[in-house]
Amino acid sequence: MAEYSLRTPLSEEDVRKLDIGDVVYITGTVVTLRDAGHRRALELLARGERLPIDLKDLVLYHAGPVVRKVDDRWEVVVIGPTTSTRMEVYEYEMIEKTGLRMIIGKGGMGPRTAEACKKYGAVYTVYPGGAAALQASQVKRVVDVYWLDLGVPDAMWVLEVENLGPLTVVIDSKGRNFYDEVYAEARRKIDTEIYPRLGIK
Amino acid sequence: MSIASIENKLLEATVKLIEAAAVWLPDDVENALLKAYEIENIPATRSFLKAMIDNVKIAREKRLPICQDTGVVMFHAAVGDKFPFTGLLPSILRKATVEATKRIPLRPNTIDVFTGKNPGDNTGRYMPWIDWDFVEGSDTAEITVLLKGGGSEVIGRAKNLIPAEGLKGVMKYVIEAVYEAGPQPCPPIIVSVGIGPNVSTAMKLAYKGLLRPVGQRHEIPEVAKFEEELLRAINDIGFGAHGMRGKVTALDVHVDYAPRHPATLSVAVVINCWAARRASMRIYPDGRVEYLTHPHLNKEVV
Repeated sequence: MAEYSLRTPLSEEDVRKLDIGDVVYITGTVVTLRDAGHRRALELLARGERLPIDLKDLVLYHAGPVVRKVDDRWEVVVIGPTTSTRMEVYEYEMIEKTGLRMIIGKGGMGPRTAEACKKYGAVYTVYPGGAAALQASQVKRVVDVYWLDLGVPDAMWVLEVENLGPLTVVIDSKGRNFYDEVYAEARRKIDTEIYPRLGIK
Repeated sequence: MSIASIENKLLEATVKLIEAAAVWLPDDVENALLKAYEIENIPATRSFLKAMIDNVKIAREKRLPICQDTGVVMFHAAVGDKFPFTGLLPSILRKATVEATKRIPLRPNTIDVFTGKNPGDNTGRYMPWIDWDFVEGSDTAEITVLLKGGGSEVIGRAKNLIPAEGLKGVMKYVIEAVYEAGPQPCPPIIVSVGIGPNVSTAMKLAYKGLLRPVGQRHEIPEVAKFEEELLRAINDIGFGAHGMRGKVTALDVHVDYAPRHPATLSVAVVINCWAARRASMRIYPDGRVEYLTHPHLNKEVV
């Protein structure tokens, strides 16, 4: 288990060296998108249009911050990850079409995302969900915001961050998924220890 | 005091209640997290728990929301039949939600299902949600607010089991729900289970279970024993904090029940993330307010 401090833009080499369980801190630009934002981004890309910000070699963050506006400038009050599983249906295509290098979220992602991470050189990392006040101090400023018509949580927030983390690598670019292993152990414990003890068939 | 001034006073008191819930984790939950940190020995799990515990302190000191998902605003009102202001409560709770959204601030989380519009103030059709209980012989009202995050709702579910499946069937249903939820609802979680004659009553009891502090067992010994067995089983699954592996997957399990119909055995499961944000206050018939989960607020003038 290694620890890395990385700066955006990330190179393919930066992420290919990461293994599941590694801890990463990110400095640079991260861009938030949730369900609605993913949908819109893929619609635009399908029509051959460009996204408001090019995600190539950047970090995509599954998050919807609490923000406030102070003198025409947006400030992040608190921010943390949302459950990534909901974005599984979009992520293969997002990675393929944008060339993003890293995803931050929580709760895990599935085999399609893992496949894209392997094929195109990207990783999925998690930050402890709910620790939003702690993370707010790692966001230096709101660089820009797009798609506010989707509502504050679902808009595309472009953030400048410093040492954002600790992020744990859950899907690496070698096809491994940390949570698949955790689930497999859990299943074995339920079937061979817990159910027999409780007399459950 | 005039009705208008009581209304204003209760509005301010409710905004304060919502703020307390958003920024200050109840002691019972924080203590359970501290205990989990002591028990765990896997470094990654400990570092996640430490981030969560540090976060709780920062949020409290800086008066920032604990989690960016400030949830759906859900009130529970247990109102005495002699309490004089029952009729004022729905509008007070709604106005307080709007005001708290601006002031704290809360994230605007209510999206109209049909228009897709987010009004930006956490209200909407039936929102904020209010559940009512009436208490015979009492002249006070006890208001609890839950800020119920979306991630932990991912796995809320209910089912009509076959009565032959019995309580073992209930246990299996809950364990499978927790297994399937995995790291998604931000473990260590609080699991609340309702059992009853149909899914409606079972679900209502499951949500009501979220009002109970962590560590408090059911008053009926058989139910308490069932809770303990279930808690042990869930923790043996081994997910630990955020699925980093460990001994504490759930901080607690709460179970409540109503009788079943001869032909039914319904079970409902609701999960709360570790950031179980809950605050309660009691309103007296003279308009005085006492904070129950956050007694430090009683020293501040409302």
